[in-house]
Amino acid sequence: MITKKLMLFFPKCEVEKPIVYHLIKDYNLKINLIRAKITPEEYGYLVMDITGKEEDIERGLEYVKGFDVNVNATYRGLRHNEEKCTDCGNCLSHCPSGALVVEDSKTRKIIFKPDKCIECLACIRACPFNACISIF
Amino acid sequence: MKNIRTYEEINAKIESKKAVVLTADEIMDYVDKKGLDQAVKEVDIVTTATFGPMCSSGCFLNFGHSRPKIKITEAWINDVLVYSGIAAVDVYLGATQLRHNDPANMDYPGDFTYGGGHVIEDLVAGKELQLFALSYGTDDYPLRELRTYFTIDDLNQAIMVNPRNCYQNYNVAINCSEKPVYSYLGILKPDMKNLTYCSAGQLSPLLNDPFFETIGVGTRVWLAGAQGHVYAEGTQHTGVADRGDNGVPREGSGTLALTGDMKKMNKEFIRGVSLKGYGVSLAVGVGIPIPILNKEILKHTLVRDKDIYGPVIDYSYDYPQKTGKILCHLSYEQLRSGEVTVLGRKVAVSSLSSYTKALEAANLLMDEIKRGEFLLSRPLQRLPVDIKCKSMIIKEKTE
Ligand code: SF4
Ligand code: SF4
Repeated sequence: MITKKLMLFFPKCEVEKPIVYHLIKDYNLKINLIRAKITPEEYGYLVMDITGKEEDIERGLEYVKGFDVNVNATYRGLRHNEEKCTDCGNCLSHCPSGALVVEDSKTRKIIFKPDKCIECLACIRACPFNACISIF
Repeated sequence: MKNIRTYEEINAKIESKKAVVLTADEIMDYVDKKGLDQAVKEVDIVTTATFGPMCSSGCFLNFGHSRPKIKITEAWINDVLVYSGIAAVDVYLGATQLRHNDPANMDYPGDFTYGGGHVIEDLVAGKELQLFALSYGTDDYPLRELRTYFTIDDLNQAIMVNPRNCYQNYNVAINCSEKPVYSYLGILKPDMKNLTYCSAGQLSPLLNDPFFETIGVGTRVWLAGAQGHVYAEGTQHTGVADRGDNGVPREGSGTLALTGDMKKMNKEFIRGVSLKGYGVSLAVGVGIPIPILNKEILKHTLVRDKDIYGPVIDYSYDYPQKTGKILCHLSYEQLRSGEVTVLGRKVAVSSLSSYTKALEAANLLMDEIKRGEFLLSRPLQRLPVDIKCKSMIIKEKTE
């Protein structure tokens, strides 16, 4: 069993089709929705963790790609702008997943670990320097 | 204590590029290795620095005269109100001024995405800004309205004048209530789930000179890359403080009023700040050199985070109501560990002061001194050691 984080971007909403339902039922996948925006007649997105057998995930992805959908396994909704970041550390107590952490205890530089980010968006509110933004 | 070197000797060494300079971050290990007696003979200067929001910051700008002339009575830069109750085309722009039509906290908690601090950041970054100005018109200054665009290069003067920077030490803010608190120390989660401190600790200028022996009125400072100076004690400066055994204050205490030429500043160290539910501000980087005139002065620069304590205050009640209550004291070493214990509970830590940037500033200042480009100045006047900060009394008119 492996877990993959995926972002599905719908240029025009395909909400009528129960994609998530089929992924679960037909491909034996466990889906953990992290963020979603679905508005009929508009663009939408689903950010999710998919857990299952590697080949099931592959097949599930093939199924999804059959729609008018962009699938991106590396794309993150949360962006950390290093130029704007002053390494103040105000985000530290707000980030629940350890995605924003002190890199080096000597300089106290802050780094963003995208793979740990659960896109809770708490850092966007907390960052005084507008260094954390959501692309949606 | 007898001095072993003078300002003149130090400056002569700087000019011949032979000054021995270390940052306050390096000096501790250096003295541990060499011993105090040897180190004091070798080291001429220790550089200190801080970077964090400093709300009492702002600048005087002079636009030069337009044709026809205007005597500005009201003005906005990028829609942020500036003070114009001074000479015709002079204005003062303050860091915490909101943008016109900012809903502030009407849509609680407000976002405060742009304000005075951001205008100052944009100015230093060389961006083009809009000036809108009004006047009632006079015989000699007939123009009554203008809108124009400018950059810092178009101005005659852009002089930063910050009435209060570089707090010696600072509060640690926590929230004991059941609702979030949106403060100038960031978002404080309910029920003591987090806390925020704001100090460069062992690197911070006035924590390395706790009795103001070298930093005084007239001291040349590195103000965001420009060579500025201390022009007065900062507002709310307190010389009489609750001090630990090492002499280091355990509360806010001393402050500095700083000035410097914004045209010479480095944009990395002038950053607008948006604090949710609170407002806007400006983060400033300041570096201050400490001349090692004697052993006592060197000893004070050896202060470590574990020996500096900040007072933990409840910002849901004790701070706004000014009760004076302190929950406990925590050392900066404890704070920097990321998790502390307050009233028996584990609490996650945030910081608003950037140690990374403070270190950068201390190193940049050190390099400038080593290159012979930054001379030290002897203070003209010591900062007051005997004054306390008064409170405002709300009272009836005196008959
Ligand atoms: S709060 Fe913002 S500026 Fe500060 S360290 Fe985090 S991301 Fe960087
Ligand atoms: S979105 Fe949440 S998990 Fe991701 S970095 Fe920001 S605070 Fe951390």
